Amino acid sequence: MTAQLFLEQTLNGLQQGVTLFLLAAGLTLVFGVMHLINLAHGTLYMVGAYVAATVTQISGNFLWGVIAAVAAAGLTGAAIEIIALRRLYDRGHLDQVLATFGVIMFFNELVKVLWGPQALFLSPPAILSGTVEVIPGVPYPAYRLLIIGVGLAVALAVRQLITGTRTGMLIRAGATDREMVGALGVAVNRLFTRVFAIGAMLAGLAGAMAGPLLAIEVGMGEHILILTFVVVIIGGIGSVRGALVGALLVGLVDTYGRAFLPVVLRGVLSPTAADGIGASLSSIAIYVLMAAVLIWRPRGLFQAYG
Amino acid sequence: MTEPILEVSGLTKFFGAVAASDVLTFAVERGSIHGLIGPNGAGKSTTIAQLSGELRPDAGRIRFAGTDISAWPVHRRAHAGLQRSYQITSLFPDFTAAENVALAVQARQGHSFRFLAPAREIPSLREPALAVLGRLGLAAKADVPASRLGHGEQRQLELAMVLATRPKMLLLDEPTAGMSRTESRRMMGILRPLKGKVTILLVEHDMDVVFALADAITVLVKGKAIITGPPADVRANENVRRAYLGNY
Amino acid sequence: MSAPPRRKQVVNLTGLLVLLALPPAAFALGEPFLISVATRIVIAALAALSLDLILGFGGMVSFGHAAFLGIGAYVVGILAHHDVESTLIPFLPGAWHGSAAALVQWPLAVLAAALFALLTGALCLRTSGVYFIMVTLAFAQMLYHFFVSLPAYGGHDGINLWQRSMVPGVDLSKDWVFYYVCLFILLAALAVFSRIVNSRFGMVLQGCKQNEARLAALGIATGRYKLAAYTLAGAIAGLAGALTANQTEFVGPSLMHWSRSGEILVMLILGGIGTLYGAVAGAATFLALEEILTSLTEHWMLFLGPILVFVVLFARRGIYGWLVGPESGDD
Repeated sequence: MTAQLFLEQTLNGLQQGVTLFLLAAGLTLVFGVMHLINLAHGTLYMVGAYVAATVTQISGNFLWGVIAAVAAAGLTGAAIEIIALRRLYDRGHLDQVLATFGVIMFFNELVKVLWGPQALFLSPPAILSGTVEVIPGVPYPAYRLLIIGVGLAVALAVRQLITGTRTGMLIRAGATDREMVGALGVAVNRLFTRVFAIGAMLAGLAGAMAGPLLAIEVGMGEHILILTFVVVIIGGIGSVRGALVGALLVGLVDTYGRAFLPVVLRGVLSPTAADGIGASLSSIAIYVLMAAVLIWRPRGLFQAYG
Repeated sequence: MTEPILEVSGLTKFFGAVAASDVLTFAVERGSIHGLIGPNGAGKSTTIAQLSGELRPDAGRIRFAGTDISAWPVHRRAHAGLQRSYQITSLFPDFTAAENVALAVQARQGHSFRFLAPAREIPSLREPALAVLGRLGLAAKADVPASRLGHGEQRQLELAMVLATRPKMLLLDEPTAGMSRTESRRMMGILRPLKGKVTILLVEHDMDVVFALADAITVLVKGKAIITGPPADVRANENVRRAYLGNY
Repeated sequence: MSAPPRRKQVVNLTGLLVLLALPPAAFALGEPFLISVATRIVIAALAALSLDLILGFGGMVSFGHAAFLGIGAYVVGILAHHDVESTLIPFLPGAWHGSAAALVQWPLAVLAAALFALLTGALCLRTSGVYFIMVTLAFAQMLYHFFVSLPAYGGHDGINLWQRSMVPGVDLSKDWVFYYVCLFILLAALAVFSRIVNSRFGMVLQGCKQNEARLAALGIATGRYKLAAYTLAGAIAGLAGALTANQTEFVGPSLMHWSRSGEILVMLILGGIGTLYGAVAGAATFLALEEILTSLTEHWMLFLGPILVFVVLFARRGIYGWLVGPESGDD
């Protein structure tokens, strides 16, 4: 029984982890190549979720929703990059933070205007609404398994992109030596827009995939953005491998904390006190993890570029 | 022979497979001007950075004024009197020349947890600062922001800051870099009188400057000291000639 | 060090007179609600001022400033809560009752915020640059989630206060009295901070912003100065939080929502960083803009967002820099 519960929570943790990875990979690439800190990355996740919900509803097909979400997030990302962020690469991080904060304000409000303030809900496609017995006696929602699969597939694809393509070579070069990329005679602007759009599409994919699991509402982007920051701090900025390890760590620690900390505390405290304090403590578990990494390795577990 | 003020033994630093310092060993006599020369990429600047504590060596020990400082952080070494200048001038660009130097005086005086008295009006900061600026010929520029000084003046200002800490030893990384002949000669005029008062480890590209000033010279090639000795010996050394000629 | 900044004095004096004359003017105009707007401005200015110390002078871009406000506010809220309920404060050694006295609440708010700043600052300052921004943001979010999931103090809904803090002989429940108390605190903080930034400590702090490696190479252990400044900023922001709790008579996690940290940052940039007075100008502008835009449209963020991007891209010196002209400022 406990082993089954543990396995189930592990899968939940992995599912949360790969969702975070989709966001963290884009964020860390954009930082590694452009040295840009983009608070509006969570906005693209939100755009993905909203577009997926709407298109799925209209077309009646979740797959179309996902495709539209990825396209919409990619286009929105490219537009933000071309209109505003491009002017910020040479500025300090403070300017980048403020301008992208302004972008968040704008899009959050725009979404309220277009979709209204109520949360949207999206159901997983019918064929995936059942459960699968991963291990005999442990039924697990098929849709969540799909997310884990897609996340890991994307991780492999990103790895292939970085190690096996010309864009990837430029990304690696850009992360270690920016001037060199310019010196290679590459159209840096186009590389930047491309990298930004790739990051945006991954965020949109994450939003679309996570859509059926949560309430789609304004503010969802920033909530996950800060979790993504924790992932990137733990993994090391600019490192995709670090983003994957950090994301899985954060996903697992968060899930285990919520599931098991109150249970553990019940051994010491009264049930109500244990639940209350357990909830509070488990909500900060990942930040404690982050603090521990900062003490041990202030620049994260992995170096860019790895 | 007096005891050396700085003893470097077995200093080793690799970047991947490239040796910046390869079991580097040499010593600097107290009060001398000691040249550190070598072809490009010989590891001169990385040696300075390891001595100042900004770069952590893979192995080796550094003794300064009789103490092992290998594990000390940058500020502690500097506070003990081992000060440095940078190949690319490093100043506080928004502060005036006088404020730059006064901050150096402040560093010498101990902690700066003093919150209320206006620092610019404290005579024990401003007066020594102006005195040093005067000595280096920058008195007229005292109230000009550092960013608006000319290149040569900025390099002099950095030296003024470093001297205002009353160092025991200076690590100078190409003090005449980017200077005109005239400015370069003025810099030599500033450095020469320091001989006997402050020990100087001088990294320099301009051989005329090194051979004119140095009491002893260490030649660095691929992170190794191939010779340490008086200028005349170094000039005559066959290995040195080969190292330079082989590289250019 | 520069030419006599006469225009700066005129601007500052005008600002001071406006702030002093505001309550009587509001009564004369028959618009007493202006006093509560002005109080919000003064408290926000105090928070932005504390951020200016570390950001404008120390170069530390903290995106977690709302955490300190939240702590200050919660200290007031928790003490008031236990005072009203006559219960003991849990998890503290010894038996402590709550208190309604400002002289107990406010110093404890300052202390608690300073302590949190000291602990998180020691960790945050192991990093720099973009890491620092993200880490400060993350720690603030940690605190937000902590209070959201803490049912003992209302969780999401927070704590409603019965009354404002008690000060012997001063009736803070009168809005105009409370306004002047807040204004007095802001002016005192301005006076102290303008001494600090030009003191020896302040020169080291400014040096950290301009060229930290140089300071270390001169023999100054920069870390402890930055941590001291961070702690001091946290303490003052905690005081601003205690005042916020009094102003709204409510304490909740929303006070330390990440967007609050963003707003404080925006106010400071809008007003002009590294000027101290810019914090006041920025808070006034931001909140006035908010009042005006909300009265025009429900979707005022749709306009504020682009305004912000515009300010960042094109108006670097901020409102205060624009007011006092190019040749002022002694920093």
